Amino acid sequence: MITAMLPAALRPLFAMGPPNPAAVEDFLARSRFPLVHGTSCTFVWHGEADAVSLKHWIFGLPQKQSFHRIEGADLWYLQLELPPQSRIEYKLEVVNGDEAVWIEDPLNPQRARDPYGANSVAYGEGYETPEWTQPNSESRPGTLEEVWRPSPALERDARLTVYLPARFRRTRKYPLLIVHDGHDFLEYASLRTVLDNLIHRLEIPEMVVALTDPGQRLLEYANFAPHARFIADELVPWLESRFPLTGRPADRCLMGASMGAVAALSTAVRYPDRFGRLLLESGSFAFTDIGESPRRGPIESVVGFVNAFRERPRKVAERAFVSCGRYESLIVENRSLVPTLQSAGMEVRYVEARDGHNWENWRDRLRDGLTWLYPGPMWMVYE
Amino acid sequence: MKAPARIVALLGPQRFHPTLRDVMTSLGMQGRVAAITAGWQEREREDQDLRDHLDERTVNLELYARGERVAQRDPELAAAHHARQDRVRRLQELYRQRLAFALDACAVLARAPGADADLDHERRAAREAVRALDAAHLQRLREIHAEFESRMKPAEREAVIHERTEIARLMDSTDAVAIAGGHVAVLLNRLRQFDIAGLLGGRAVFAWSAGAMAIAEHVVLFYDLTPHGSSWPEVLDEGLGVVKGVVPLPHARRRLNLDDRVRVSLMASRFEPAMCAALEDGAALVVRPDGWSAGEGARRLSQAGAVEPLGVA
Repeated sequence: MITAMLPAALRPLFAMGPPNPAAVEDFLARSRFPLVHGTSCTFVWHGEADAVSLKHWIFGLPQKQSFHRIEGADLWYLQLELPPQSRIEYKLEVVNGDEAVWIEDPLNPQRARDPYGANSVAYGEGYETPEWTQPNSESRPGTLEEVWRPSPALERDARLTVYLPARFRRTRKYPLLIVHDGHDFLEYASLRTVLDNLIHRLEIPEMVVALTDPGQRLLEYANFAPHARFIADELVPWLESRFPLTGRPADRCLMGASMGAVAALSTAVRYPDRFGRLLLESGSFAFTDIGESPRRGPIESVVGFVNAFRERPRKVAERAFVSCGRYESLIVENRSLVPTLQSAGMEVRYVEARDGHNWENWRDRLRDGLTWLYPGPMWMVYE
Repeated sequence: MKAPARIVALLGPQRFHPTLRDVMTSLGMQGRVAAITAGWQEREREDQDLRDHLDERTVNLELYARGERVAQRDPELAAAHHARQDRVRRLQELYRQRLAFALDACAVLARAPGADADLDHERRAAREAVRALDAAHLQRLREIHAEFESRMKPAEREAVIHERTEIARLMDSTDAVAIAGGHVAVLLNRLRQFDIAGLLGGRAVFAWSAGAMAIAEHVVLFYDLTPHGSSWPEVLDEGLGVVKGVVPLPHARRRLNLDDRVRVSLMASRFEPAMCAALEDGAALVVRPDGWSAGEGARRLSQAGAVEPLGVA
């Protein structure tokens, strides 16, 4: 073993030669994994295996990177560059014989959940989970009310959950936020807590939030006319008949992430006079400038819509907030959307983060997006 | 701080640490209290916590509802009021744009290394430019309000007289006035509309949050943590001037970056000789005709950029 070849974070363990099992256990117990020093991030696996790999979703890097075995110590490691403020989600692939399993990193307690389970999370230096995403006992909680509405457009019953802000009053008029993949935003992006906190901080106004869920997501969210009709002609009129909403386009916002962002934008394009605000996170805005899209699967059906919109951009909202992770494959598509929206006369705020295509990235951008689209009364209210 | 003709207590926020009753008791006040909760707007009458806290000794003056009634009964006055407010809002936006550059200049100079005479001169000049901008903004607002008063004569209009007479009658049975927080512009408008300052007489005044801001000479808005746009404090308008020489800063720790000595220093020097008073939970700054005292939770922003205990004068 040539200690100098090891990552700096592991060298102390081998300073006196190969460590005994107790020293390894002690090192593992005392350390926080992955080992992050500056921009260097060292992942560690401890145990028997034939091969260990890092599986991640960082666009630009190989999706699978092999760990190096340290002879005689049952230790494996992989060193990656991890720029400051980064946040990456990953799993380990552990191979024993013919069996390869994907597991969460047992040495790293940090997890991010998503509809498919959970991933381990590595944080670059300087990343902090925003405190406004965490429950705050001072924030008055809003309420959630679930209803099912028959949708003639979608030819199914649609589940809808309505968030009403704390101290909701029928004598007041509220703006409306319509969220695609609403339950996933609640479950994986702490949307309820974020709304409670931002309203408490007066950074956004009290608002009514309609959380919608798709049936066949990849069909309904891919520029699907019945979906747009459901939102614009069924949901909004029903909400405005039932809740005290201002009814002004400037006070109606469509929000979504990934394919949900496509659903939001395509609905606004089909109903350009209805929605004054758009919050689009990591939109799957695939397009081609020449030839066919290299992308396959449901995103292919989005290409025609985005190509047409790029060809003839139209002002479909006053303001649009667009965000994307730099480690996403969709970064080019989202960067390209910004001048397209601006060229049509829309006011656009665009934000990038060193993060991937995941719910906590979308959670972390909510303050920036919501406060820009709906500035709250923080300058005027002192309670 | 100039001594008022009555006791005025500026309190910290009351939601989590209500101290009003204790402060009143310490000042020997046991009588009825006129409550002003107009800053809560349509929630004005949701004052059960306050009533409980003061053992049902309160009489809510319902200034917000009265203002709404005046608007209904006197649409001409309401239209003129809205037109004035639109003008004031636009003026505020224009002032804010100028202010951002002027305060950015102050901050750049304040952070510049060195302490020679030329640099000090430029720093002072930059600060004076901000003070002049604040003063000019206030003067424009004064003119707009004076023109409104002279043209509409709101105090002579029947709908206003009716409500004000009723307010005066309610206040007759009270020994003190408690002014809660909320939307400071709405609160200030209602206090002005019914000339509450003129009805106070010798009554003690207890005010917190937006209430404390509205009864000062000048209302200063502040939120350093704003996610977008300028984050520099700005002057909204003249306040009632019930207490002079102090700029109340409720929830200062939550709203201001008090660790930034340049910002703290700028704030303190911009409004001097008025004292920038940070009023956190539990704070009480009691101003009597013979001096003032401050308890825990009240701090002052110093021109050196520190946040210091207030002490006694």
